[in-house]
Amino acid sequence: MLTCKQASELISQSLDRSLTRSERWSLRFHLLICVACARFNRQLASIQAVMNKWLSDTEQDEHLQLPLQAKLRMTQALESEIAASRRRP
Amino acid sequence: MSNQTPHDWLNEHGDYLYRFALARLRDAHLAEDAVQETLLAAIQSRTYEGKSAPRTWLTGILKHKIIDLIRKQSREKPSEDLSQTVADEGVVDEFFNESGHWADRPQAWAAPDDELEQKQFLVILQNCMDRLPKKLSRLFLMRDIFEDDNQAICKELEISPTNAWVMLYRARMGLRKCLELHWLET
Repeated sequence: MLTCKQASELISQSLDRSLTRSERWSLRFHLLICVACARFNRQLASIQAVMNKWLSDTEQDEHLQLPLQAKLRMTQALESEIAASRRRP
Repeated sequence: MSNQTPHDWLNEHGDYLYRFALARLRDAHLAEDAVQETLLAAIQSRTYEGKSAPRTWLTGILKHKIIDLIRKQSREKPSEDLSQTVADEGVVDEFFNESGHWADRPQAWAAPDDELEQKQFLVILQNCMDRLPKKLSRLFLMRDIFEDDNQAICKELEISPTNAWVMLYRARMGLRKCLELHWLET
């Protein structure tokens, strides 16, 4: 039998790795009988979902651009790197 | 090599790479550095063979540059050193009693439903993230990079996968508790 502490650890890890078959079964059983852990499970899932959505929204946000200064600096850095790589065999 | 020049990479993908890095590093200067290092490394590696889209290829390099920057930072600031985790072992135990039951049972929340609620929830989540120890919030933000290739990344960060799972667990415990306090109030 899992304790709530062990169950909460597995719930968190299930978001980061695949649980083994026996971990899955003992967690599933625990979640059937434990309201608090079932709630914890849903809450972690919703935190993760909001985070994932925020990351992908940020990645697609066209208003968020490299500052012009940085772009100019990078253009120069690229120039010198290209020149240097031409000199290399 | 495709007929794209490194300047095309910057013009077509620079902003995207910047946003990707900014979301995870939450620091504009570090994010700029990560993009620049990525483009320079891309010139040096000359491994692009057109098998994947340039953006995918560049993002792959960027992920490693982000990890590099975080490792360098953690060297400079020991309090943010991801490999130093043993000292604060007791932190999570406050959530459970000795028999492993919840000390405070998680309270019910209303899940954020519509767009406005999701926005409010996100603001609180970000504030909660700022209250976490920095190394925990860092790792939590990089979780998806870590998921791609956790062996290699743990090696670069000098942590074990087990250690990383423990830190992500602590991050989530802290975030959840903080959301419980502040999201329930709204």
